[in-house]
Amino acid sequence: MFRIATAQVWVHDQDEALDFYTKKLGMEVRSDVTVAEMGNFRWLTVGPAGQPDVAIVLMAIPGPPVMDSDTAEQVKSLMAKGFAGTIFLTTDDVHATYDELKGRGVEFVEEPEERPYGIDSAFRDPSGNNIRLTEVREMANV
Amino acid sequence: MAFVPSDRHLLRAKDLADARYFEPLRVDDLARAAWLSRAHFSREFRRAFGESPHAYLLTRRLERAAALLRGTDRSVTDICFSVGLQSVGSFTTSFTRTYGVPPTAYRALFPPASRDALIPACVLRAYARPQRRTFREDNGAVRREYGDDSVDLGGLDVQDRHSAGVGA
Repeated sequence: MFRIATAQVWVHDQDEALDFYTKKLGMEVRSDVTVAEMGNFRWLTVGPAGQPDVAIVLMAIPGPPVMDSDTAEQVKSLMAKGFAGTIFLTTDDVHATYDELKGRGVEFVEEPEERPYGIDSAFRDPSGNNIRLTEVREMANV
Repeated sequence: MAFVPSDRHLLRAKDLADARYFEPLRVDDLARAAWLSRAHFSREFRRAFGESPHAYLLTRRLERAAALLRGTDRSVTDICFSVGLQSVGSFTTSFTRTYGVPPTAYRALFPPASRDALIPACVLRAYARPQRRTFREDNGAVRREYGDDSVDLGGLDVQDRHSAGVGA
């Protein structure tokens, strides 16, 4: 079998994303390496403190020759419109986490609300990526 | 108001150190989070967790700094500030006392972060491809050197070959 190790989101600006994911969300930097031989490509990953084997790559949208300008513009546009992907986070106490993140200036687009599967909320990162924050209902209690 | 065991307040201070170590937190801030006076807080924290709040906060920061030394190519100064410490001198001293070697020597004990970064093959393939600023076919150089029939000569100059090392 396999395990999920790393997943990627496009970001508008890596420094801005780094600030958001670490200082506002409280994630840890796992890797931050700039490789001169790869045109100063920056491999930047973050992850939650309690989950050392899972990370998110904060990937800058490249220009040519990695990605042609038209495609790069399309990705930027999709991202700005919130259609470039979603990260689903879970928490034991969505209200507490919501208050904490909101207090740090995180822009919520959905307040915590009861759903059949738990209490769900959503916010955006500075690039416009959608991040859901869910307190999943214990199936035994349903 | 319901009775709250005092250790619950101390845990709040410990959680604050764990979560916000990168901010310029001091023991005073932790004491405030526990709703205790500074002197009383330090004593109570030590009773509950077996070490002083100062030591707890510092070791939390040093643990993060060590991880950043291993996993990133950031400078020691940058790492010092990014874990909430204000002075590179005291950072180096505390780090050396804790890990037995100064930060730069500690970093040298591990493979370079760029080698250890596990940058996947697909990314290497995409980004390490040599970048050709101009195609010789486009500026007439090929025609002059090899005649009109030459199609693809790679167009790499010496500088490009050197910078193509990673993907090889």
